[in-house]
Amino acid sequence: MLDFLATIGRVIIAFLVTTGRLSLFTAQAVGHCVRPPFFFRLILRQMVEIGYYSLPVVGLTTIFSGMVLALQSYTGFARFSAEGAVATVVVLSMTRELGPVLAGLMVAGRIGAAMAAEIGTMRVTEQIDALTTLSTNPMKYLVAPRLIAGLTMLPILVLVGDIIGIFGGYLISVYKLGFNAATYITKTFEYLETIDVVSGLVKAAVFGFLVTLMGCYHGYHSKGGAQGVGAATTNAVVSASILILVFNYFITELFFSR
Amino acid sequence: MTEAPKIELRDVHKAFGPKVVLDGLSLTVGKGESVVVIGGSGTGKSVMLKCVLGLLVPEKGSIKVDGQEVLGMDPAEREEVLRKFGMLFQGSALFDSLPVWENVAFGLIQGRRMERTKARDKAIEKLAQVGLGPEVGELSPAELSGGMQKRVALARAIAAEPEIIFFDEPTTGLDPIMADVINNLIIKCVRELGASALSITHDMASARKIADRIAMIYKGKIVWQGPTKTIDQSGNPYVDQFIHGRAEGPIKMEVKV
Repeated sequence: MLDFLATIGRVIIAFLVTTGRLSLFTAQAVGHCVRPPFFFRLILRQMVEIGYYSLPVVGLTTIFSGMVLALQSYTGFARFSAEGAVATVVVLSMTRELGPVLAGLMVAGRIGAAMAAEIGTMRVTEQIDALTTLSTNPMKYLVAPRLIAGLTMLPILVLVGDIIGIFGGYLISVYKLGFNAATYITKTFEYLETIDVVSGLVKAAVFGFLVTLMGCYHGYHSKGGAQGVGAATTNAVVSASILILVFNYFITELFFSR
Repeated sequence: MTEAPKIELRDVHKAFGPKVVLDGLSLTVGKGESVVVIGGSGTGKSVMLKCVLGLLVPEKGSIKVDGQEVLGMDPAEREEVLRKFGMLFQGSALFDSLPVWENVAFGLIQGRRMERTKARDKAIEKLAQVGLGPEVGELSPAELSGGMQKRVALARAIAAEPEIIFFDEPTTGLDPIMADVINNLIIKCVRELGASALSITHDMASARKIADRIAMIYKGKIVWQGPTKTIDQSGNPYVDQFIHGRAEGPIKMEVKV
């Protein structure tokens, strides 16, 4: 019985320690994001890395999702003669949910993993210690530019992804399902409201912050050589993906619960 | 009034969980002096350096730099003190994402806000000081051999002309000839700068060559220290065992079969 209680106690203590450490790390990192000096060259480099180089992955994911969405909703809605709602379903699903969530998960796999691996390698090869000895704060130099880039670039990526996804739905609806192009476009915008797009972009900004935060946090605290860096990479992707899905619910609740 | 030592560690304690690494370590480094701390792996040499640099925080004790207590300093003051230091890391710790010249100039550009063109000229000058041509400056650290990486790391350590330089196992992993080249460069650079040097190593040839004074660390304490030339007559069984590399003696290695 005592062993069982001790195990529960250990798990709770470990959880509280990790939560506390992550909270301190986040507070410190946000502090460095808003306080000068800013490393503009590094911020720009990270923006290109996150925004530009993730475009093909996000584009491919969203175009096929838009296509599948059009096909699924057409065949599903045909059962109760509501095929006309395909355009609305595609546009609302893409802007509110699929755009931000898919882009977030893709960027978590691509960028979160890369950041954890890069910063983790820097940790185990003493490069982070070297930064400190060269009068450079590692949080400001390594973490802050990545957080700023994640926070700003993911909404742009999602906006582009939304457009590509909606275009995917249009391609299938017009060229495969025989919808009239002009009617489809009119239907697309008929029920679309500003809040649909804005909520998606807010989600994207939060997801961008979470992905980069997890990548930096796990990389920064990695230890034990190659195995430690590998574990940091896995943890970064898994924790970012879970947090994206959790925060997705709460942001949706915030915007759309009545 | 006597001049304060450049670095003074007094009764420093540091443990990681139940494992005590520094157990009341005391050591001083005088101005312009080169002190080498010798000792086996896991005896607390690197932890000692990291405590002085503020990378680790000891539980107890005092660490003074130029007579100023550094433990408990706020980050801004600590950063100011760190400007006095240069450090050569065991694995060189060069930044993979930057070319060699930017590695050397890093402290000047980021730490001291020097213009990039000026910092680049300074980096080329420092690379020349360690025997590397300007063409090396354009290469990536991954394109260099271990010996060249050590030289670049040395150039980076001296680039901001520090008052104190730390050398963490400067010759580990190098062949004997390259190790001697690095030793000569360390002596030359430290002399030219008039800096104080604190090195840690288990390479006795290197210790004998670069040290004015040698201290032996064992189980987190300094068990002997004295001028380099007296080490062979130290009369200390720990030192004797270590410098002769004998398996028998008071130092017990934990070997599990």
